Amino acid sequence: MSTGTVATFEDSLERLEVGWTHASPDGLADVLEEHCPEPAVGVELPYDGVDLPDWVNTDPTPADLRGANAGVTAAGLGIADYGSVVVQGTPDGIEPVSLFGDLHIAVLRRSDIVPGMPEAFDWLGEEFRTGHSSAIIATGPSATADMGALVKGAHGPKDVHVVILDE
Amino acid sequence: MSKAREAKAAKIRQLMETEGDAVGTSTRGFNEGRYESVQSLDDYEGLKSEARAIKEDAIERLPELIDQLRETVESNGGTLYIADDAADANRYVREVCEDKEAERVVKSKSMTSEEIEVNEDLEAADIDVVETDLGEWVLQVADESPSHIVAPAIHKSRDAIADLFNETFEPDEPLETAEELTMFAREQLGDLIEGADVGMTGANFITADTGTMALVTSEGNARKTAVVPDTHVAVAGVEKVIPTVEDLRPFVELIGKSGTGQDITSYISLLTPPVESPTVDFDAPDTPLSETETDRDFHLVLIDNGRFDMREDDQLRETLYCIRCSACSNVCANFQHVGGHAFGGETYSGGIGTGWEAGVEGLDSAAEFNDLCTGCSRCTTACPVEIDIPWINTVVRDRVNRGEVSELDWLVEGLTPDEEPGGVSLQKRFFGNFETAAKVGSFFAPVSNWAAGLGVSRDLMERFLGIDARRELPEFQRETLKDWFESRTSRVDDPVRTAVLYPDVYTNHVQVERGKAAVRALEALGVDVVVPDVRSSGRAPLSQGMIATAEDHAHDVYAGLAEHIDDGRDIVVIEPSDLAMFQSEYEKFLPEKSFERISEASYEVMEYVFGLLDNGADADALSAGAGEEIAYHSHCQQRTLGLEGHTEAVLSDLGYDVATSDVECCGMAGSFGYKSEYYELSVDVGSELRGQFQTDENRDRTVVASGTSCLEQLDSLLSRPTQHPIQLVAPRR
Ligand code: SF4
Repeated sequence: MSTGTVATFEDSLERLEVGWTHASPDGLADVLEEHCPEPAVGVELPYDGVDLPDWVNTDPTPADLRGANAGVTAAGLGIADYGSVVVQGTPDGIEPVSLFGDLHIAVLRRSDIVPGMPEAFDWLGEEFRTGHSSAIIATGPSATADMGALVKGAHGPKDVHVVILDE
Repeated sequence: MSKAREAKAAKIRQLMETEGDAVGTSTRGFNEGRYESVQSLDDYEGLKSEARAIKEDAIERLPELIDQLRETVESNGGTLYIADDAADANRYVREVCEDKEAERVVKSKSMTSEEIEVNEDLEAADIDVVETDLGEWVLQVADESPSHIVAPAIHKSRDAIADLFNETFEPDEPLETAEELTMFAREQLGDLIEGADVGMTGANFITADTGTMALVTSEGNARKTAVVPDTHVAVAGVEKVIPTVEDLRPFVELIGKSGTGQDITSYISLLTPPVESPTVDFDAPDTPLSETETDRDFHLVLIDNGRFDMREDDQLRETLYCIRCSACSNVCANFQHVGGHAFGGETYSGGIGTGWEAGVEGLDSAAEFNDLCTGCSRCTTACPVEIDIPWINTVVRDRVNRGEVSELDWLVEGLTPDEEPGGVSLQKRFFGNFETAAKVGSFFAPVSNWAAGLGVSRDLMERFLGIDARRELPEFQRETLKDWFESRTSRVDDPVRTAVLYPDVYTNHVQVERGKAAVRALEALGVDVVVPDVRSSGRAPLSQGMIATAEDHAHDVYAGLAEHIDDGRDIVVIEPSDLAMFQSEYEKFLPEKSFERISEASYEVMEYVFGLLDNGADADALSAGAGEEIAYHSHCQQRTLGLEGHTEAVLSDLGYDVATSDVECCGMAGSFGYKSEYYELSVDVGSELRGQFQTDENRDRTVVASGTSCLEQLDSLLSRPTQHPIQLVAPRR
């Protein structure tokens, strides 16, 4: 992915007040150590040679979900113009893991960042016709203005952090 | 004032006092957010057209798309049910819940479910229904109805919500801040979602190719609702079906920007249920998700409830393109001041609300608030699917007129020179035939002015016509513009062009001075001017929903101007709302060629002056500003046509120091501010404009405005004289 697209992605995250960190596959554990509070739940990452550290619970129960401070999942796509990440629903629980904690950490391959919605929807169309049955385009934390001012964390995470894997 | 008018005025007054501020602050915020947010798009107009084209095509092919969708939903393992009406939909949903022995249904916000009132139906069957959208939940706790299609509790302030929660739930520590209120709601609702048996959502879009539904939210409650319980019921109008996943793209880019002014909402859920995510069974809190038996069940209930009839209805069909973004409500000056509890029917509110209510609930419900659309057209450029919302309102108004037959009809028919059947109220007939009143008024002036101003006649006018006695009446001039023009000879020796100055009713009978100024200015710039005898544009009857009469005017106007156009003359129009008729509504009334001819030949007067100067006319022939300070208010339809800048440019070039109001509306909009039931609202809306023109910086500026109604409103709100910009720049003699 061109540096320009990655830079646009980073700018968009900045605007959304979403933190981000670059990590090499080997360095992921250190980055999580720094940004991910315990207790954390997670879903194994689908990237070759990239594993979550042991202290991230990858076989959570509903009680673990409720008690977790953070949820770590992969994201299938980053959308540079909007700072969105695409979180795909999977049988091992990416959707609930990304939703229940106060912090969602999305781990994304640098090569999966696309410039805008046209590219994202070309990709999504393919995905829906051939593979996954659901995906969330998530942009920043959950939020509401229903109570008289903007508050983060209405039902979902209050914060989002994106880890960009540089292969 | 008649009882009905008094009651309506009282309701509006009460809502302005109690809900107006909260609604106003939020809707204006959304609207400003929209202006900013759409700027980030490379090709906003192109994206809107793309969105519209997708909806047009989808509604056109709806039966075929639904067949395709049925196949995909079923092959995915779900069920599709088409419900004829509310009762049918509710029965189906109830049966699904009963099959599951459901005790609690959690629901994510959906207007369609409001439309069918499914909550009441389920509760009657002893099933608990919990709204999980925070705004909806507040209303559920308060037992109130939504006042906005996107932000249902927009009319409630933080304090009001705090009081409500503290009284209802008696928390240990009283709740106060937005953060505290939100976290309290999150916890309460979190528990309720965890124990729910069925999750119910709406759907913003459903793609026929894959059966994927898109849910647009920010809170995340729709995600929890769809994923925690093992049964998901989605209810949506049949119009939500679009062909493919790729077709979602323009809507995803437009919906948040158009509605709340966010670039995109936090979550766009794209779900092809039954989804693969494991259910989260909080009744077995220690069983890992990986060991949970996930046997999901999905029901998609598509609701007709009048929509297939709307699809066959050439005028209401466009309503089905609506994506319920709320831009038309947020941009609407009247909505900003009263909100959806005045500007709404059984379910839907705001600009397009009338179309929806007329289609799904019937004319009675639509009629209640249809008058609040002043036809200003500000919503047409805001709408992401390019719906001509004022036209739909006019059509509904026309149908409402035709539906109401009163006992006095025999009296009215024959007295009024219009094309309308019985049933049109005296008030509407009067304003719709204002041209006739103006002719009589000028003929008898000044006696008519004196008579009209007498207390006793004002009283009668208020009683029978609903003309508010607090509003100053226009003063008819004995010598009309045409009379004056005919009594003089043209002074242009070697004209650069020939122009027809269109004598609108007001310029001809009331604001004669601005007509004379226009003639002087054009002649000074070398234009040979004619002022022919042409009928009024039809704007007045159109505003009253008297479409047949308006159409009749359109044909006469075109007939009166056709030869001039053939002869290469330009049509110069002073009144922006008349120009807007020529350039937009006439498309509905005239053959395509005729419409194109008149629309291409016509110009707003200051736009025309701008063009002349741009083409080398000598600006010295006009009155220079020499730094004179001007406060300028454009006109709603003039802005929609993109013509505000021409006036500003001409004034600045001539050396005036111009401050333009950025208030969107003067609140008057033609007859609206005269009507006793709406007088106070029109003044309330106008108070923003007054505020801007009375700041320290603007207080001493000369006031100019382009539209007749804006001038009248400014005249009554300010104690300074007002005039049309052409009067400023025309040579004094
Ligand atoms: S009519 Fe247009 S602007 Fe109004 S809610 Fe529908 S889509 Fe939005």
